[in-house]
Amino acid sequence: MDLTLKIWRQKNTSSAGKMVDYKVTGISGDMSFLEMIDVLNNDLVEKGEDPVAFDHDCREGICGMCSMYINGEAHGPDRGVTTCQLHMRKFKNGDTIYIEPFRAKAFPVIKDLVVDRGAFDRIMAAGGFVSVNTSGNTMDANALPIPKDDADEAFDAATCIGCGACVATCKNASAMLFVSAKVSQLALLPQGKVEAERRVLSMVEQMDKEGFGNCTNTGACEVECPKGISLTNIARMNREYLKASLTYSEK
Amino acid sequence: MSKLDSRIPKGELAQKWSDHKSHINLVNPANKRNIDVIVVGTGLAGGSAAASLAELGYKVKAFCFQDSPRRAHSIAAQGGINAAKNYQNDGDSVYRLFYDTIKGGDYRSREANVYRLAEVSANIIDQCVAQGVPFAREYGGLLDNRSFGGVQVSRTFYAKGQTGQQLLLGAYSAMSRQIGKGSIKMYNRHEMLELVVVDGKARGIIARNLITGEIERHSAHAVVIASGGYGNVFFLSTNAMGSNVTAAWKIHKKGAFFANPCFTQIHPTCIPVSGDHQSKLTLMSESLRNDGRIWVPKKMEDVHAIREGKLRPRDIKEEDRDYYLERRYPAFGNLVPRDVASRAAKERCDAGYGVNATGEAVYLDFGSAIERYGREKAAVEKIENPDMETIRRLGKEVIEAKYGNLFQMYEKIVDDNPYETPMKIYPAVHYTMGGIWVDYNLMTTIPGCYAAGEANFSDHGANRLGASALMQGLADGYFVLPYTIGDYLSNDIRTGKISTDLPEFEEAEKHVREKLNFFVTNKGSKSVDHFHKKLGKIMWDKVGMARNAEGLKQAISEIRELRDEFWKDVRVPGSIEEFNQELEKAGRVADFLELGELMAMDALERNESCGGHFREEYQTEEGEALRDDKNYMYVASWEYTGDPGKSVLHKEDLNYEYIEVKTRSYK
Repeated sequence: MDLTLKIWRQKNTSSAGKMVDYKVTGISGDMSFLEMIDVLNNDLVEKGEDPVAFDHDCREGICGMCSMYINGEAHGPDRGVTTCQLHMRKFKNGDTIYIEPFRAKAFPVIKDLVVDRGAFDRIMAAGGFVSVNTSGNTMDANALPIPKDDADEAFDAATCIGCGACVATCKNASAMLFVSAKVSQLALLPQGKVEAERRVLSMVEQMDKEGFGNCTNTGACEVECPKGISLTNIARMNREYLKASLTYSEK
Repeated sequence: MSKLDSRIPKGELAQKWSDHKSHINLVNPANKRNIDVIVVGTGLAGGSAAASLAELGYKVKAFCFQDSPRRAHSIAAQGGINAAKNYQNDGDSVYRLFYDTIKGGDYRSREANVYRLAEVSANIIDQCVAQGVPFAREYGGLLDNRSFGGVQVSRTFYAKGQTGQQLLLGAYSAMSRQIGKGSIKMYNRHEMLELVVVDGKARGIIARNLITGEIERHSAHAVVIASGGYGNVFFLSTNAMGSNVTAAWKIHKKGAFFANPCFTQIHPTCIPVSGDHQSKLTLMSESLRNDGRIWVPKKMEDVHAIREGKLRPRDIKEEDRDYYLERRYPAFGNLVPRDVASRAAKERCDAGYGVNATGEAVYLDFGSAIERYGREKAAVEKIENPDMETIRRLGKEVIEAKYGNLFQMYEKIVDDNPYETPMKIYPAVHYTMGGIWVDYNLMTTIPGCYAAGEANFSDHGANRLGASALMQGLADGYFVLPYTIGDYLSNDIRTGKISTDLPEFEEAEKHVREKLNFFVTNKGSKSVDHFHKKLGKIMWDKVGMARNAEGLKQAISEIRELRDEFWKDVRVPGSIEEFNQELEKAGRVADFLELGELMAMDALERNESCGGHFREEYQTEEGEALRDDKNYMYVASWEYTGDPGKSVLHKEDLNYEYIEVKTRSYK
């Protein structure tokens, strides 16, 4: 198929950007969306033009590196996929496709479609862990049985890939789905329970500092999340946060 | 005489590691604060090493080219991690894991290293559970296990099809804790482009800030390379797009020997190539072989009918299907090791029985598993005389709970429903057993420079068993390096800060700048990918699943030609001082073009078949790999001397004191 692409081009963080039109031809439905961009970039390079910068790595939907806002949706029109898993069979010959970076105050554009998601790392560094050192002498892994349902629920929350689609999708650019996924995972497990209060308070504090907006329960994040992270995690985080802010005090 | 000293401790095999740990030198906590360690790569090996070293008190600088340490390609590992816990009471033990790994590696790995790996495997599971890694559990609340290829016990721990992700996020969270404390300084979107050696010791690196393009000098008392494998030399592989050999290759060119470069793992179950546009291949986890049965039609007319779309796989009667792994290897069936399964698929496809248009695909069928699980579940739910529809519905639910994400990935890529029709799969490059040569302490031939995880060569011999890569990465990073590096650093407590103004840093930086400048000023006409694809084709056709002397010689000369062409005609737009992804790729492909030649040389030199290295000249009458233990029971370790074609071979003999070396049989 032949397509028209309208792509956001921006030289660097401080310069202004604009949409630029490109044509690609001979695109097969079996190509992934990123392979279609590869075709465009190869043409641009051989013509001596600057290729479109975009983040990508594993190309199998797990590293969370690829982003792109495609026709007004994070990771494009398909559900439960990242952009690298989106295939061109979802488009028709002659389509015009709008491609923009993930937009949020906390995610400044680095170049073209590449944004800086360092804020997520800083939130994790504020408390997204269990404070246990490496040791060959922690207790035996089976010493503490964990109900299967809790383990499964923790796992479901833990499958978040940190791509930022939730933030890009949210009209408030809220990071609540991302933060609550980690808070939930660890709060659901006995190993994480011990410092759950401290964790939720410091992660939320860092989230606010980074300039993410608040949650107004539209649920758009859950719809666009490539990993199906559930909105109930946000409810759990709110509960954890409320509880902690009433009872927790640093001794 | 060999320059290689593997520094294997004396004593009984089972005591070597604990004795060694008890006797090596330590660095006291106050001194650790004055010692810098650089870790390049933040996957399971690098991430766990960086976190553990920082917990001990060293000042760690960690580097990754991705935008966050959490994105390292360990994240994509699917099936599981092995550990000799014997929770299933099925006869597992440290010795058996050790034995299976040596045998699986076709007797080309070091006994002492592998034993240590098996020994610390159980600690890894304890550690990960303590970190909050949500492994799969049984209803009783205890950990669940599954089986992987090449073994007869269930020792694989897993988190659905995302085990690598969960383990990496565990290591990343441990790193995050140290980053928050300031004990790790994290350099995201930075690529190491040179090692700095001062007075014969590794003392720092030159890195490029991939956002600004700035060239930076970083000094340290030791450098750990944990930058993963080099499967992307084949262009198409299951590796991430950015996975590269550059860090490992740079230290090789500075004096670190490169061991067994030709030992490449071709994974039997990947989604077949669909066209020329393909940028990477996707793995379907080995865990699927627990429940999936691999087959092709027995009759050629059925093959043709399937290719023409006249028959569907389910139309082929049971007796007309060739479950060729079960037929050839009754003892292990569908769970033979990867090298064996891959070659068997190639054998059937070469004989003309491939089931897709290109003739390069076989079926991985869940039909009988869905039925078996469905009946079990119906019994549990007390449904009497269930009809077939109910059985299949219940069975699909069980399969979805086990492998849901893999089935979804398959469906998105192929646009076919694997619950209803068998998956089509074909072997693809997945992992590299070869890598930087290291001694028992994981130190390379450059003092102070270490290699961990897939980047080193040490534990998997000529073929890695499934679910052992995660085990090795975490063993190296959590439980081996933190001890052994202290032994070396104990001599550095009086050294003080290493200055980045030393002439060695100056020189290394100049070298890096020259290379980068060359790329952006070269007035070529072809993109980097153009050359990478060409290299990949040479490698796959001639240094891939089956190799022969003639082909390898051709590969060497073709790679040399391609390399010359690359330097003449490559085109890299833009400048150095900006975010420039083409420039990043150019440097990586330049290194692959050298490595490829060394791989072909190594394969040509090894006149035997072992594990993933299959030389067509050396096979049994039944087509199995034919080893030559008399002449090739050694690690081929290559020294760089200015041109990959003139690399010098050093041999480290492998001695088996505790295992009887036998012909590997899975029949």
